[in-house]
Amino acid sequence: MITYSFLQHYWWFLISLLGGLLAFLLFVQGGQSMLFSLSKTEDERRLLVNTLGRKWEYTFTTLVTFGGAFFASFPLFYSTSFGGAYWVWMIILFCFIIQAVSYEFQSKPGNVFGATTYRVFLFINGLLGTFLIGVAIATFFTGSDFIVNKGNITQQLAPVISSWGNEWHGLEALLNVRNLTLGLAVFFLARSLAVLFFINRLNHPVLEARSRKHLWYNAIPFVVFFLIFVIWTMFSEGYAVNASTGMVSLEKYKYFTNLLEMPVILGLFLLGVVGVLAGVVATWLFPAFKSGIWFSGIGTVVTVCSMLLITGYNNTSFYPSTHLQSSLTIFNASSSEFTLKAMSLVSLFIPVVLIYIFIAWRAMEKKRIDLEDVNGDEHAY
Amino acid sequence: MSLLDATLVDWSRAQFAMTAMYHWLFVPLTLGLGVIMSVMETLYVRTGNEEWKKAAQFWMTLFGINFAIGVATGIILEFEFGTNWSNYSWFVGDIFGAPLAIEAILAFFMEATFISIMFFGWKKVSKRFHLAATWLTVLGATISALWILVANAWMQYPVGMEFNPNTVRNEMVDFWSILLSPVALNKFFHTVLSGWVLSGLFVTGVSAWYLLKKRQLNFALKSMKVAAVFGLISTLLIAYTGDGSAYNVSQRQPMKLAAMEGLYQGKTNAGLVAIGVLNPAKKAYNDATDPFLFKIQIPSMLSLLSQRDINAFVPGISNILDGGYQTKQGVALSFLEKQARGRAAIQSLALYQKAVTAKDTTGERMYKAQLKENYPQFGYGYIDKAETMIPSVPTVFYSFHLMVILGFYFIVLFALVLYFVNRKQIQKTNWLLWICLLSIPLGYVAGELGWVVAEVGRQPWAIQDVLPLNAAISNISSDSVRITFFLFLFLFSALLLAEVRIMLKQIKKGPEGEK
Repeated sequence: MITYSFLQHYWWFLISLLGGLLAFLLFVQGGQSMLFSLSKTEDERRLLVNTLGRKWEYTFTTLVTFGGAFFASFPLFYSTSFGGAYWVWMIILFCFIIQAVSYEFQSKPGNVFGATTYRVFLFINGLLGTFLIGVAIATFFTGSDFIVNKGNITQQLAPVISSWGNEWHGLEALLNVRNLTLGLAVFFLARSLAVLFFINRLNHPVLEARSRKHLWYNAIPFVVFFLIFVIWTMFSEGYAVNASTGMVSLEKYKYFTNLLEMPVILGLFLLGVVGVLAGVVATWLFPAFKSGIWFSGIGTVVTVCSMLLITGYNNTSFYPSTHLQSSLTIFNASSSEFTLKAMSLVSLFIPVVLIYIFIAWRAMEKKRIDLEDVNGDEHAY
Repeated sequence: MSLLDATLVDWSRAQFAMTAMYHWLFVPLTLGLGVIMSVMETLYVRTGNEEWKKAAQFWMTLFGINFAIGVATGIILEFEFGTNWSNYSWFVGDIFGAPLAIEAILAFFMEATFISIMFFGWKKVSKRFHLAATWLTVLGATISALWILVANAWMQYPVGMEFNPNTVRNEMVDFWSILLSPVALNKFFHTVLSGWVLSGLFVTGVSAWYLLKKRQLNFALKSMKVAAVFGLISTLLIAYTGDGSAYNVSQRQPMKLAAMEGLYQGKTNAGLVAIGVLNPAKKAYNDATDPFLFKIQIPSMLSLLSQRDINAFVPGISNILDGGYQTKQGVALSFLEKQARGRAAIQSLALYQKAVTAKDTTGERMYKAQLKENYPQFGYGYIDKAETMIPSVPTVFYSFHLMVILGFYFIVLFALVLYFVNRKQIQKTNWLLWICLLSIPLGYVAGELGWVVAEVGRQPWAIQDVLPLNAAISNISSDSVRITFFLFLFLFSALLLAEVRIMLKQIKKGPEGEK
């Protein structure tokens, strides 16, 4: 039976899945943050740029889809978070704008600013983009300072329904240590995935060996920050919603309780974490093993998806406010039943999209990339 | 909550307009150049002629440079609806968000997937697979345009929705009427065709430069022929959709039409201003000053084009504000009447909310009925004075007329080019080659002017009659928006500079020297 509640849960699942896919695809940003540290020569750097450059649009498109899907399914989040946490989102967007031109422009004659500038743009996108997205997502657990009052629409001189509670407009999230731990975890995860991606795609023994070494520099901090965030969150208060009244209150161990009360998600979460670690450990143990990206990548999708699911399911506020009753839930922030139904029909095309992405990926990735491949390509960056 | 900063709307508008105008410098070329290079690659696959492959690859390189900066400016537009127009995002997000999400799911992934094969797959996939990837990239770009234009058209002509006082927003009730609204369909074809016209001009102009330089002659002649045919067909079609566009405006946005024509006092058998100079001394819509210093009119043409009746009455700015004239829906209301109804609607909504809180079911029913009755004028309740309803007449008037003049000029230009190409005399007509080259910027100007007419012309509305800009805004300081405005202005300008220089370098290198 397709009820309104089912559609709200379905769309929160799709948002969570998109969040998971975005986290995985941030390996492009992770790789960009290592352009200057992983490579030692211009040839090596060019190889890294061209390896990442064939995938950057997937990340970019997933980010745009994540935003578009959020807008369509939970417009109150779109209006409250983007309009409120203005500066955080603007900086994130700024980082992605400078990325979008950098691959195409850097090796073209007449690019005005020189290749290094565009590579610095890529580095900035890799550094700040991943970190700030992590911080922004952490506020789904820790809460933000905003007030929603739909009655304001009748105030003719000040009709805005969502207002941020301070002048920092999102930057205050950087003062919360728990937010920072997730930001750092996402940053190091993206770098770890990038290293696994390079090991999988590059036909370059020197870079491969160096990548294996860098795996540890990044995987260990990732695990540390991730565990701090997860343990801290599981033992902290969460934002619970009273199913009958819709009132929001703080509840001890809410997210841990959610995992226990939703064993499927708990199973997925554990499976995802094991997948991420398996990819890393197997790559470390077996020098001939190059498929770590698939284990860690799929593990990332599943882990992030399940983490986002516990923020929205089981009577929880997915975007909580420190002014508790302004918190957003999948019920009070969603689109109408009609819109969710119409959008759900459109979502049936997603498997078609995945199929043609798979076909295209296979067609383009028959062999690993090497310098010869890059030098022989008329469109190489 | 505190009152909003008075300059916030202006800075938010400026930021959105600046981003949109930069974005529109790149998108149209992507739309049209994509078709041209796909046609060339099709000719290559069908004939096996390597010249067509080289030509396709050359235009593809320019496509890629242009595409990248289009993507960069596009992402910020999507998110600015949230960052700068947060009230709008809630008030109509139930309707407006859907096309954006569909655009991302159905179009962006198609583009992102196949563009990679298009650029890097020449040696990795078969000819036919590659050709399919090229066409699918262009199809993705065009589908993307469809959905964002459906969204924009809905802002000009909101249909398929109902206001829900419980959620305090408009909700979608008919998806197909939004997708298939006459404004949406016409806007899609008109806008995509404007991209095709620009691309025709671009390829013709660049080819003309090679011919003037006596370089790449075979390539240039081939490209020019394809572009001139493409451009001529596009300009003829755009004249047709332009008529449809103006008709839609006359039916749904009469104030915009009045501004486009500088029409202050309505009349029957209204003439269409072919050329005119507005009188800067005209200060108020209801003063006696003649709005024109000079004009040449085509008699009765405005009545014919806008109402499909040579004798029809076309309302002017004064009539629209004062009301009292006959429309298809009945006697037009004055601004003051609409404002009163809008305020009544807002008041009814406030009382409805109180009734809900007090569990007063009788009150709920009564105020809901009052709200429903006055909702068509809801947005007028936020507007303080009649003058706010008038968009900048000089901006809209001159933009519209210059765009139309350019449109006719392009028809003549493409026809001339085609004539001389077919007679194999194009290389000898240096004057025409120079005109082709110098006409490239005019394509950009025409496209931007079209958007100025569409968007400035509908001021002060974010959603026609439903939500004015001052009620669509985010609650942030105008200083924040001012800072991001200048940041984006600086960044986009720097990237534009780089883009133009890269394009010029690539063109100078030509298809043979392509990197």
